[in-house]
Amino acid sequence: MSGSLSITSAMADPALLDLPWELPLEAWPNDTIAALPKGISRHLVRFAHLGAHIVAIKETTAEMAKGEYEMLRTLQRLDIPCVDPVAVITNRTDDEGDALKPVLVTRHLRFSLPYRALFSQTLRPDTATRLVDALAVLLVRLHIVGFFWGDVSLSNTLFRRDAGAFAAYLVDAETGKLYEGGLSNGQRENDLEIARVNIAGELLDLEAGGKVADELDPVNISNGIVEAYRSLWLELTGSESFSSAERWRINERVNRLNELGFDIEELAIKTDDSGTTVRIQPKVVDAGHHQRRLLRLTGLDAGENQARRLLNDLDSYRAAYGKTELDEEMVAHEWLMRVFEPVVRAIPRELRGKLEPAEVFHQLLDHRWFLAQQVGHDIPLAEAVSSYVNSVLRHRRDEATVIGPPTGAFTSPIETIPSTDTAAFAALDPDEDDDWRANV
Amino acid sequence: MASVTFDKATRLYPGGTRPAVDQLDLEVADGEFLVLVGPSGCGKSTSLRMLAGLEEVNDGNIFIGDRNVTDVPPKDRDIAMVFQNYALYPHMTVAENMGFALKIAGVGKEERAARVLEAAKLLDLEPYLARKPKALSGGQRQRVAMGRAIVRQPQVFLMDEPLSNLDAKLRVQTRTQIASLQRRLGVTTVYVTHDQTEALTMGDRIAVLKDGLLQQVGTPRDLYEKPNNVFVAGFIGSPAMNLFHADLVDDGVKFGTATVPVDRETLAQSSGKIATIGVRPEDITVSPVQGEGLAVEVDLVEELGADGYLYGHSMVEGKRTDIVARVDGRMHPSAGDKVYLTATPHHVHLFDAESGERLGNKAVVA
Repeated sequence: MSGSLSITSAMADPALLDLPWELPLEAWPNDTIAALPKGISRHLVRFAHLGAHIVAIKETTAEMAKGEYEMLRTLQRLDIPCVDPVAVITNRTDDEGDALKPVLVTRHLRFSLPYRALFSQTLRPDTATRLVDALAVLLVRLHIVGFFWGDVSLSNTLFRRDAGAFAAYLVDAETGKLYEGGLSNGQRENDLEIARVNIAGELLDLEAGGKVADELDPVNISNGIVEAYRSLWLELTGSESFSSAERWRINERVNRLNELGFDIEELAIKTDDSGTTVRIQPKVVDAGHHQRRLLRLTGLDAGENQARRLLNDLDSYRAAYGKTELDEEMVAHEWLMRVFEPVVRAIPRELRGKLEPAEVFHQLLDHRWFLAQQVGHDIPLAEAVSSYVNSVLRHRRDEATVIGPPTGAFTSPIETIPSTDTAAFAALDPDEDDDWRANV
Repeated sequence: MASVTFDKATRLYPGGTRPAVDQLDLEVADGEFLVLVGPSGCGKSTSLRMLAGLEEVNDGNIFIGDRNVTDVPPKDRDIAMVFQNYALYPHMTVAENMGFALKIAGVGKEERAARVLEAAKLLDLEPYLARKPKALSGGQRQRVAMGRAIVRQPQVFLMDEPLSNLDAKLRVQTRTQIASLQRRLGVTTVYVTHDQTEALTMGDRIAVLKDGLLQQVGTPRDLYEKPNNVFVAGFIGSPAMNLFHADLVDDGVKFGTATVPVDRETLAQSSGKIATIGVRPEDITVSPVQGEGLAVEVDLVEELGADGYLYGHSMVEGKRTDIVARVDGRMHPSAGDKVYLTATPHHVHLFDAESGERLGNKAVVA
């Protein structure tokens, strides 16, 4: 490799230098490549080990790699859930001095999964609906900050389990653009239509591969994003009018948004000339209502729904032990020490890669409720923990970084011109139905 | 298929002082390949997005055929943004990949099959309809992706810098493919690029924009041979047209010590005694007579085989002015030489020094 390799990175991880940049991505040796299921991608994307982390490496053009790197950083600053941009690497050459494609390196989020890894045999309609709902929330959040995605799809999203629901993370910002003055309705509608068509395509593809439950209707599920998006958009941005005697409706709106996981940072309130009608419209909303409260009270960083679940447990702890008069922070600290942490510590070390602690806690609460239903009385926490660990957690696959259902992921780049070199083309096509993992 | 009409269409961004697109009047004929070209910030992409329904139109109207689509949502405009989404689905056959969007749109099975077959014939994909994408070559895959747009049978194709991320060699190949496919399909196409070479080689007609204002619309030849103003003259053509101030005399325009004849009618249109003269590099020759023409010091000669480009400079109005001339590839001056250059009569463009507008016959604006 020539000495002119150029790395642009905010993280400056020296381990970056150890990766075989002098090889085209498709030729990277198996020991550097991590087995992870992938979505459908236009470019060649592979996962590699970087120190203790897994990174996604995408071969693209220098301009696109730099553009996407900057865009992801901007989105992070705007508090949008997205993958971590790690580095842009240009000036790659092979041993012969021939130029290799520039790459964008992003960090794979722990416990985040492509949609194709979120089911073991077939995708059921309720799981598909939850995925689509999570994507709708992400799309609304992106549109609120003025980001036009241009290629909304399940493949361009990663999902983290979030207490029975999913939280969606943007993976691919390549086609996206940020508009400072916000998006027009046409832009939003276009993104929504792209989402609808792409989701339908992805589900039809799973159907063609025999990977969806019989009762799942791809077109119907994909149409669901339109409704989910519109209702959330309206709740977050719509104005409503009421008589000035009904001012409680302001609080009601705030509570409704909190329930959906959003805080209102700025609310426009206008009264008409006579003062009889009030019109309100949220101007600035911020996702993460429950996450922030949980973080403030306990220092725990969890998904929005996980936070909601943990806070509910904290609130019931407070009520059950008659501590409602006590300072909330103090009770939260006590709950953390006596309830949450003992549960996390009770998970055997070898099972800790299965799920995030907050997700374990959520599932444990479900499990405890289920056991109580069966026997007709409350189950002590310790007993529920050991039952959960042995009958549920132990049998789950590891979701921290490595999972491998044969999802038949398709990763060949769609070239924009005919490939004349058929040998190179064959190497670009690692997808084999029988065992794709051997080729990852 | 349909025509496209911008009728005084204007886009003013919130907080902006100057419209991004200012009263654009433009007609694209049914089946025509129109290229919108201009430098960054000229309003070409905004115009395209207005047509797509992604940008609000603050004033004026946009028609597709006879239908006013100014307030119609993007998906109801019957347009296709090509190259936007070209991921293919691995478990679906080529036919399914091409036709699934029709299924979502509720198009019946027979109709879907017919449209897919028709598109496949156009794209030379008929033998592969039952195959999976992985059994195709890269070029075939790309044609399948284009097939996705074609089966929808949109009235208009929109393309926004589809080649900007390809390297130079691939860009040349792909632009030929797109242009020939468009001609076979005969679908009205509006194509945005900042690259004037792409515009010249692909478009039936080209619309040049600058600062949100339409500068000129015409065939590539119109724009090349009769640029309506200094901007178009300098923007279209590579290497660019030589443009500098020159004195007008009774029977022509001075080109150094020589006079290039210009008819009196044209000269009379000038607002002053000085005009901007424009000469393309291929319309300049090295004068056989030393002392006759424009004195130029040669900085560099770029050899391209049969011919080459002479890059030099001259002093015009006391300022160093760069000059480019096409020269014979075998017999040409060398760097450091001082030569005299002359302009080919009737191939000299004159522009008003004040307004920058063309003097004399303008190209007919269709």
